[in-house]
Amino acid sequence: MPEAHAETAHQHHAPTKFIWKYIFSLDHKVIGKQYYFLALFSVVVGMILSWLMRIHLVWPNAKLYGLDLLSPAGAPGGVMTPEYYLSLMTLHGTIMIFFVLTTAPQSGFGNYFLPIQIGAEDMAFPRLNMLSFWTTFVALMVLLSTFFVTDGPPISGWTGYPPLSAVGSSAGPGEGLGQTLWVISIAIFCIGSLLGALNFIATTLDLRTKGMKLMRLPLTCWAWFVTAVLGLLSFAVLFGACALLLLDRVGGTSFFIPGGLIVSDKIMPHSGGSPLLYQHLFWFFGHPEVYIAILPGMGVTSHIISCFARKPIFGYRAMAYSLMAIGFLSFTVWGHHMFLSGMSPYSAFSFSLFTMAIGVPSAIKTFNWLGTLWGGKIRFTSAMLFSIGFVSLFVTGGLSGIFLAQPQLDPMLHATYFVVAHFHMVMGVAAIFGMFAGTYFWFPKMFGRMMNETWGKVHFWTTFIGVYCVFMPMHFIGVEGAIRRYSTWTDNYLIPMIPVHEFMTIAALFTGAVQFIFLINVFWSMFKGEKATDNPWKGTSLEWTVPSPPPFDNFAGKHPVVYHGPYEYGVPGKDKDYVMQDSPEKIEDDE
Amino acid sequence: MGLAFFVVLVLITAVSVYIFGAHIWWPPHAISTIGPSVDHQFNLTLILTGIIFVCAQLGLGYFAWKYRDRKDGRKVIYSHGNNKLEAGWTIAAAVVFIGLNLIGFQIWAKMYFTPAPPDALQIQVQGQQFAYYFRYPGPDGKFGPTHVEKVDDATGNFFGLDRDHDQDSKDDIVTATLGVPVNRPVELILRSKDVGHSFFVRELRIHQDLVPGIEIPIHFTATETGRFEIVCTQLCGLGHYKMRAFLQVMTEEDYQKWLQSQMAAQ
Repeated sequence: MPEAHAETAHQHHAPTKFIWKYIFSLDHKVIGKQYYFLALFSVVVGMILSWLMRIHLVWPNAKLYGLDLLSPAGAPGGVMTPEYYLSLMTLHGTIMIFFVLTTAPQSGFGNYFLPIQIGAEDMAFPRLNMLSFWTTFVALMVLLSTFFVTDGPPISGWTGYPPLSAVGSSAGPGEGLGQTLWVISIAIFCIGSLLGALNFIATTLDLRTKGMKLMRLPLTCWAWFVTAVLGLLSFAVLFGACALLLLDRVGGTSFFIPGGLIVSDKIMPHSGGSPLLYQHLFWFFGHPEVYIAILPGMGVTSHIISCFARKPIFGYRAMAYSLMAIGFLSFTVWGHHMFLSGMSPYSAFSFSLFTMAIGVPSAIKTFNWLGTLWGGKIRFTSAMLFSIGFVSLFVTGGLSGIFLAQPQLDPMLHATYFVVAHFHMVMGVAAIFGMFAGTYFWFPKMFGRMMNETWGKVHFWTTFIGVYCVFMPMHFIGVEGAIRRYSTWTDNYLIPMIPVHEFMTIAALFTGAVQFIFLINVFWSMFKGEKATDNPWKGTSLEWTVPSPPPFDNFAGKHPVVYHGPYEYGVPGKDKDYVMQDSPEKIEDDE
Repeated sequence: MGLAFFVVLVLITAVSVYIFGAHIWWPPHAISTIGPSVDHQFNLTLILTGIIFVCAQLGLGYFAWKYRDRKDGRKVIYSHGNNKLEAGWTIAAAVVFIGLNLIGFQIWAKMYFTPAPPDALQIQVQGQQFAYYFRYPGPDGKFGPTHVEKVDDATGNFFGLDRDHDQDSKDDIVTATLGVPVNRPVELILRSKDVGHSFFVRELRIHQDLVPGIEIPIHFTATETGRFEIVCTQLCGLGHYKMRAFLQVMTEEDYQKWLQSQMAAQ
């Protein structure tokens, strides 16, 4: 970067007007918070949808007062129709995956902490950053608007497979305007994510402060960087898939619709398209997306476990390289979603081998987390509890992947609750545990006040036991053949499983309810929490060298200089049990 | 707090292992020639992942307990890692995961790479919102051509046959139940009329999507008679949950009788 440019960058001052300070802000910290609160709002909506689904599954005739006001057709008299269940399921998946799992860990925490952790005063392109947030915001509004169109939200699931999603309203309720808005929303979301990914990559590569070598980056930064690369390469493909699907819906094209289809007794005016093409494009995005959701959680977990075990992370390089290996391999495994789709059965061989291979770096990470705990002095803060919980959930969810990676076992398990259990454990709950851990850990820095630790621990134990009660039984009935995406059970063999569903519904209502402890803790602590010091957890990375909350340009115009790796805890022969990254003191085996 | 972690993880592990081990919920008894090998691979995977699950969860719980901060001035083990260990567990994980898959892959090959034997009974399976229909070629052994414009659910012409003009269609038999003889290879040719569907019979360990625009063959040999549910597992619209049919596996004799009665009903 030319000197002159760097100088001018120093001179921008904090805006004073409300609109430029809080709404259309260019400050990465404000944008990070905007993303975080967008995700927090979305996760509440998504969770309420899951409650409604779970209630419908076991009490299909339950009257839910008020639901008929939201959707007179979907819930006449407050009783949900089977198709409205599918609408809620579609939006639950879409909201959770795009607007929660993709948004909070990467765009929320990443935006806030990447520049601070690498010693930069902002992201590389602040204006682009603002644009990505507001693009994402528009995408969410478009998606939520499907609740209010006549037909209701689409019923084709978050995967939106054509022809169901492509042939229009003759395929079912919600497949008219609702489905069109869904496609548009996802396309807009892709644009926001692409802009964000560019920004993260440029920031990580170009804005590291003096001494912040790549191998001194906190593992959170590695995770955000690899995630950004995945986002850049995969959202571009999803955007293409959405554009073609939209054209099939409104432009009379036939990219994904073959000839000779008869839907609701009407011959469809399409010919020559391939439904499998969409599935390939979708999962080419969809599988890296799983890692987009979980990698930042791995980064946060590594960061926190090292801090509260008061030990250097075990195998820093292995941790960084395994992130890269997972990132690379994630582009080679998408076909494991399609073993039974009708694609060439020969390709299953390579897809399953690569999928098994991706288990290897995942196992490396787990071993290294255990290695970090080994011989440590563990402090059980709420952040640490959620990080250890993350490891437990990641192991459980990862191991069911060993079954699903094998095409020969797919005839038993494909499209059953075993799959639902698998991805909820590993990319849903584990990733959300990463977010909880991040929240308890960084809240003092973001808001200048501490969260209540007692309630944090209550939140952890109830949630940890709760999620095992919700998702573990799904494995059991999945093995027996319980099929997902059914709004009710009429098949003879599914009926005896209803008591298990009742148990899971009660567990889900309970686990959902205890999340309000967290919400209240967040909002109460924001205003009433104990004032936070600059470094309440005795951390070593650069975010703990600046005031809580940090000033507008993070380092007050100075450039910190980095001398050490990010996890120098428990260093022998030192007064304190940690050495900050910007501390010039010598450490024996410094890299 | 460390002890609590240990206890909770022990409980979660014990309950999970017990439920899987006691087969409280378990796949039904397999009734196809391929079934036992699928079950064998499943059990092998379950044992292997079970061992990893128990070791990892208990190890995590034990470490959380043993290495809690007791405020006793103990020094931590200051270690940045160990390359030999890293290499060790990388190789171990790679051998176990990839080896497991290679062992089982011959089952997949039997399902999909090996074609159905030439004497296999061919049956077309059509999925549509929200039912299955099955077509047998009749005594001539040939399926007549289908015509999109002739499809009419109201008159029961689900496949769009032109029985007046197409010689091969005249004796085709269309049914709502999939009747097959026991111990005889059967080849299903799967197709869809409208959107994506799937064909899943738990007892056969056979599961395949029905994709509009293409015909997908699968084959199996049933080894036991009985009536089994065929269910749809690919989200196909508002009636997805009730899309099902039955597979009736019969003795050769019963099968011939059944086919005659179906032919008479056309």
